Amino acid sequence: MTCLAPAPHLPGVNAASAVLRVAGVAKTFTLHLRDGLQLPVVADADLWVAAGECVALGGPSGAGKSSLLKMVYGNYRVDRGQILLQAGAQVVDIARATPRQILALRRARIGYVSQFLRVIPRISALDVVAEPLRDEGVPAEAASQRARALLARLNLPERLWSLPPATFSGGEQQRVNIARGFIASRDLLLLDEPTASLDASNAAAVIDLIRAKKAEGTAVLGIFHDAAVRDQVADRIVDVTRFGASA
Amino acid sequence: MSAMPAITYNFAYLDEQTKRMIRRAILKAIAIPGYQVPFASREMPMPYGWGTGGVQLTAAILGVDDVLKVIDQGSDDTTNAVAIRGFFEATAGIATTTRTAQASVIQTRHRIPEAPLKEGQVLVYQVPIPEPLRFLEPRETETRKLHALADYGLMHVKLYEDISRHGHIATTYAYPVAVAGRYVMDPSPIPKFDNPKMDDCPALQLFGAGREQRIYAIPPHTRVVSLDFDDHPFEVQRFDRPCALCGAENVYLDEVILDDAGGRMFVCSDTDNCETRRDQGHVGALGTPLPEGMKP
Amino acid sequence: MSPRAPLPLDLDTPLLVAHRLTKHYGARIGCEDVDLEVFPGEVLAVVGESGSGKSTLLALLASELQPSAGRVCYRQDGRLQDLADLGEAERRRLLRTQWGFVRQNPEQGLRMAVSAGGNVGERLMAVGERNYGTIRREALTWLERVEIAADRIDDDPRAFSGGMRQRLQIARNLVTHPRLVFMDEPTGGLDVSVQARLLDLIRSLVSDLGAAVILVTHDLAVARLLSHRIMVMRRGRVIETGLTDQVLDDPQQPYTQLLVASVLAA
Repeated sequence: MTCLAPAPHLPGVNAASAVLRVAGVAKTFTLHLRDGLQLPVVADADLWVAAGECVALGGPSGAGKSSLLKMVYGNYRVDRGQILLQAGAQVVDIARATPRQILALRRARIGYVSQFLRVIPRISALDVVAEPLRDEGVPAEAASQRARALLARLNLPERLWSLPPATFSGGEQQRVNIARGFIASRDLLLLDEPTASLDASNAAAVIDLIRAKKAEGTAVLGIFHDAAVRDQVADRIVDVTRFGASA
Repeated sequence: MSAMPAITYNFAYLDEQTKRMIRRAILKAIAIPGYQVPFASREMPMPYGWGTGGVQLTAAILGVDDVLKVIDQGSDDTTNAVAIRGFFEATAGIATTTRTAQASVIQTRHRIPEAPLKEGQVLVYQVPIPEPLRFLEPRETETRKLHALADYGLMHVKLYEDISRHGHIATTYAYPVAVAGRYVMDPSPIPKFDNPKMDDCPALQLFGAGREQRIYAIPPHTRVVSLDFDDHPFEVQRFDRPCALCGAENVYLDEVILDDAGGRMFVCSDTDNCETRRDQGHVGALGTPLPEGMKP
Repeated sequence: MSPRAPLPLDLDTPLLVAHRLTKHYGARIGCEDVDLEVFPGEVLAVVGESGSGKSTLLALLASELQPSAGRVCYRQDGRLQDLADLGEAERRRLLRTQWGFVRQNPEQGLRMAVSAGGNVGERLMAVGERNYGTIRREALTWLERVEIAADRIDDDPRAFSGGMRQRLQIARNLVTHPRLVFMDEPTGGLDVSVQARLLDLIRSLVSDLGAAVILVTHDLAVARLLSHRIMVMRRGRVIETGLTDQVLDDPQQPYTQLLVASVLAA
């Protein structure tokens, strides 16, 4: 298990000026259907991500990487601790935010690329991709233009663009998912194995996209199964095992 | 002379308590133009559908000096009109007439006389179904609420349906009206041709539904507006010919079949109006001048 | 035809607020002590099994039922107003202008003897529209929006399939651009393929209009697809509430975990 120590690669950046600060976060699943079985996820997670840097979550599967990402996205609840997001002049604690605050953050501040695309019946791939921009108020034509450019860059055959992604292959769906996650500008971008089902050339396109986001100043927090991909994008690796409940 | 003692009725058949009850309902109806006032309809010596509502109203308002005219579809001499006229001659001993101008009380089924009504006259309508909204909303509890709240969108739905199905408002009788800017009312099954006569009418108009136990009224000189759409305004029927007997124009005509060969003519529905005109010397295309000796 | 400009609304103040809302049917509990807020443009799903009190709650919120205790307030002209203080006339005016109610059984929400166009046009006529051409055009626009062919405008809903009837009911409710729409199992009783189309339609129309929706459903997949927030009810009480994906992906209560575990891929 390789574990790189945090490196001061961006001059003048520290935890205090980070876009995201996770502090003292604990999370345990209680499975009531299995006699209240307790499944500890993390006991004391601490990390931060600054604007323009990419932090990779490291550790074996089951260490809680995906769960941590989901807590940052507001998808999983947090038992204890803080998840502070710098949203403009405001700092919001996602661990305590109301549902409406979290939805507002997702519309404007946080992007998330999950491992699987959740398909919506009858919506074309192009519209699925353009939706986050439309939600921001970008006119339909401009949003569609950006969506086309992204899908082209990810080598999704043009004949698929107007079709709903439900019937697409796993790799095709994942490229739609990536395009949807990358189309809008967000302060924080969460990536859960974005290249998992992609071939080398498409993975390379995603690496380019991540680098472009970093250059724009986006803070990226991701899980990268593929070490080659990770090494090309991550500035730091944070080992999640050290947040472990047993630690 | 019969051995049987003569049957004596109270004046105009109904007992005085019942008449007072009906008069109270009439007063309330006049006070709230177009509003359907419930009343305790009595059994009358005639079947429902034969004008029991109108007869009770007439009985409640008749005085000894009144002159009664009864028409059915504009005619004074149909069975129904003759029977009701005879009923009040027998039970009230009052004078009757067929002349609109001479009557103080006119009971009618399905028409308003052509001759303009005057102040002091009362027009009593026989009403089968008093509820204009019933076609679309059968629940009485609901229609009462709709009236109470002046929630009349539904009435226009019916007119909308007419236009969408027939290209124009095909309702030709019992055409709904708004009374005094408030209640929507069913004017009974008069042809919509007669609707304009209700507006600003100098006579008092009373409506009685016997089976449904409702009384409503239009006081003299009340604004009565037929419902319509801006782009499909209310229009009355037009006849492309005058009365075949008296030559009258702008009156409501009935079709009369003359023979088995398709011969037919159109004549005044209002028989009194037709006769009066012919008395005055008007002659239509198929009419014959009255013999010299019969002219007034 | 361009949609009418939406009413200017403060998105951060609730449109509807219920406080300790309770309904007893004799000794039986309909719902008990329910607090909720619905904000403009927000879709709130109320989920639970039949008998959980969700339909009672919906009827109370829409002031179709009188609560045994508690109150419901609605924001109008910048202030929250207790619905119990509204007269019947005002309540009905709300129901046909600012509110909509989509019922599970379209026969209860439509006039079955009136044409599709008349069904859609009724609300317009109820608020005083008196131009036949305008009503007709608006009805055509809405039939198109709910994917009913223009040449069916003069057919009455008895000739329509279940899915078409439900789409017509939606058009009939949305034609006045309501701010708040109550939906009671809007896809219940429909085939799965018909459901998908309807869900997509509801999703896009509601978001286009910016309407707030209170959606009662027993189907977690429907709640997932349509709602922003979710309330889980059991035995008349709200047992869990929160962001929809959070409640469905990380349920806390034993009953919610059971509900989520009982369905495939909600």
